[in-house]
Amino acid sequence: MESLKFDLENTELRTVNQYLHRPAAELSGKNVVISNPNGAHNIAVGLNAEVNVTIDGHAGYYAAGMNQLATVTVTGSASTGVAENMMSGVVHVKGFASNAAGATAQGGLLIIDGDAGLRCGISLKGADIVVGGSVGSFSAFMAQAGNLVVLGDAGEALGDSLYEARLFVRGNVKSLGADCEEKEMDQESRNILVDLLAKSGHAEVDPDSFKLFGSARTLYNFHVDNAGAY
Amino acid sequence: MSDTSKKTPQTEPRFSATFDPGTMSEIRRAAATGIYDIRGAGAKRKLPHFDDLLFLGASVSRYPLEGYREKCGTDVVLGTRYAKKPIHLKTPVTIAGMSFGALSGPAKEALGRGASAVGTSTTTGDGGMTPEERGQSSILVYQYLPSRYGMNPDDLRKADAIEVVIGQGAKPGGGGMLLGQKISDRVAKMRCLPKGVDQRSACRHPDWTGPDDLEIKIAELREITDWEKPIYVKVGATRPYFDVTLAVKAGADVVVLDGMQGGTAATQEVFIEHVGIPILAAIRPAVQALQDMGMHRKVQLIVSGGIRNGADVAKALALGADAVAIGTAALIALGDNDPHLEEEYQKLGTTAGAYDDWHEGKDPAGITTQDPELMKRLDPVKAGRRLANYLSVLTMEAQVIARACGKSHLHNLEPEDLVALTIESAAMAKVPLAGTTWIPGTSSF
Ligand SMILES: Cc1cc2nc3c(=O)[nH]c(=O)nc-3n(C[C@H](O)[C@H](O)[C@H](O)COP(=O)(O)O)c2cc1C
Repeated sequence: MESLKFDLENTELRTVNQYLHRPAAELSGKNVVISNPNGAHNIAVGLNAEVNVTIDGHAGYYAAGMNQLATVTVTGSASTGVAENMMSGVVHVKGFASNAAGATAQGGLLIIDGDAGLRCGISLKGADIVVGGSVGSFSAFMAQAGNLVVLGDAGEALGDSLYEARLFVRGNVKSLGADCEEKEMDQESRNILVDLLAKSGHAEVDPDSFKLFGSARTLYNFHVDNAGAY
Repeated sequence: MSDTSKKTPQTEPRFSATFDPGTMSEIRRAAATGIYDIRGAGAKRKLPHFDDLLFLGASVSRYPLEGYREKCGTDVVLGTRYAKKPIHLKTPVTIAGMSFGALSGPAKEALGRGASAVGTSTTTGDGGMTPEERGQSSILVYQYLPSRYGMNPDDLRKADAIEVVIGQGAKPGGGGMLLGQKISDRVAKMRCLPKGVDQRSACRHPDWTGPDDLEIKIAELREITDWEKPIYVKVGATRPYFDVTLAVKAGADVVVLDGMQGGTAATQEVFIEHVGIPILAAIRPAVQALQDMGMHRKVQLIVSGGIRNGADVAKALALGADAVAIGTAALIALGDNDPHLEEEYQKLGTTAGAYDDWHEGKDPAGITTQDPELMKRLDPVKAGRRLANYLSVLTMEAQVIARACGKSHLHNLEPEDLVALTIESAAMAKVPLAGTTWIPGTSSF
């Protein structure tokens, strides 16, 4: 299908984003390619239509921030806060993602083919994140809901102060954060994992090679004997 | 029979000024529970405040405006720097951000009704935007907080302005707090938390850290909302000169500066009383920062923390603020701490006027609660009317003072209209001690 092209070398980001904020009916099903992003911040933020956007190269901060409905692909890498507070849709980073990828995201799917930096899925509120590589320290800090799947390793303090999010890790976990513990892989969780692996292009990966982590729920209501964990 | 006590004069039992009865009761409470005291409202100790300033009024050298005939403007426009749709308020008194969760649905609705009746704005809070609030607020500011509870781009687009909250006067450097008893089904759903758990909310934004990142974050919010809405940055008063400078450099349209008297829904007592500075001490450095950048009146300054009457409003504006925000006073106008509920306050172990356990959700006035029965006690229409009345009084009182100083607009009030009653307030507000030309720290006596 014919795609509409914007070249950030000679087009203002404002023009591109304004175009992408047109009424959903007008954008629905369209393909938009943004070339020469060269690390520009805030590309394709606040979309709310079933449009396919390809950012052809490296994106700066907050690429596809607060995404709703759209499918946004970054062919290179993405800086801090990619797909932050996403509500729905799909964001796919083919390279690596920097810090706070998918922060506070409430819905939709964030796929990162490479590694993700610190605080991946921080304050996650319901979205799904699949990382092909490893995630940095403090990932899923205070994650409330949703799923984080990591095919590689996790850094320090995974899932610190976790609420109800599920964390699936295939590699090593350097350390667990306060109130995060390994859980038995129940059928419901396994189904979620299998589905997410399939959706993110990792159907061949054995779901039984993952460990599941969740909240021990000891910090849910303050108790003086847990004061050291806060 | 000898009674020595009658013979030897006794020293009266003497309480220590350091270990006073209040302090001792807190030590006993801490020893019994092992947890710090959490409460609502702002700093309760006496602090240098607007009461320490006086207006000079007109005299032979200046003439006043005629009270009922000559106009004294009160309107203010916020967000003139970048926003395509700045906010026009009829009065410079706004309603501060108070979360749904901390406050009941009817209380939020009443705030919206009262503010809209007099042409001013209300503000959401930690926990997101409710339909009651959006529906009843003609001008609604949407807070963007570290926790991002209930943060929704649809609501962002529905808002009239966006307030990036970095801090709050009652707890600069602290995160939100909502205890399990107030996490009802509705609150839990909006915040995406299990019901009944303590909400531990973050004190830092999850996806940015320093001022350089803030600039990108503000740009993101602008891009998402197509540069229509003013973007405020709210800070607790600590280092106002630097914080205002950095907020303006990061692209803020409006800076909100909240002093240590500012109310909170729930914070540790030690935090409320010992972190941050009084608003009186914060306004001049903030204004100085704006002036040094040539941004005074271009980036608007909203100040808050213990604003109670029109004199406070006038004094804040005279020191250089463009508008003020009220939290605690608005709740009192709705009916918080009202003496007619004394019996119920007694049952909670307190008394009308001192009730501050807003985090417990048992508010007999139905304001700081999520209990469906208690909530029903607050009639949002009547409470909204009381708030509208109160806001009108604040505005009229400020006008009375401005006219007496010969000003045709509240914004024409200036530091030269003020003197200070104490050396502390003279130094903080940078106005002379009454009867002298002395401004400590600026001029020698
Ligand atoms: C019940 C209550 C809830 C509050 N919730 C928030 C909040 O969610 N976000 C915020 O930035 N400030 C919050 N505040 C602080 C107010 O926005 C404001 O800074 C403060 O109330 C101003 O001081 P005042 O209460 O002396 O008028 C809250 C204050 C109160 C009293």
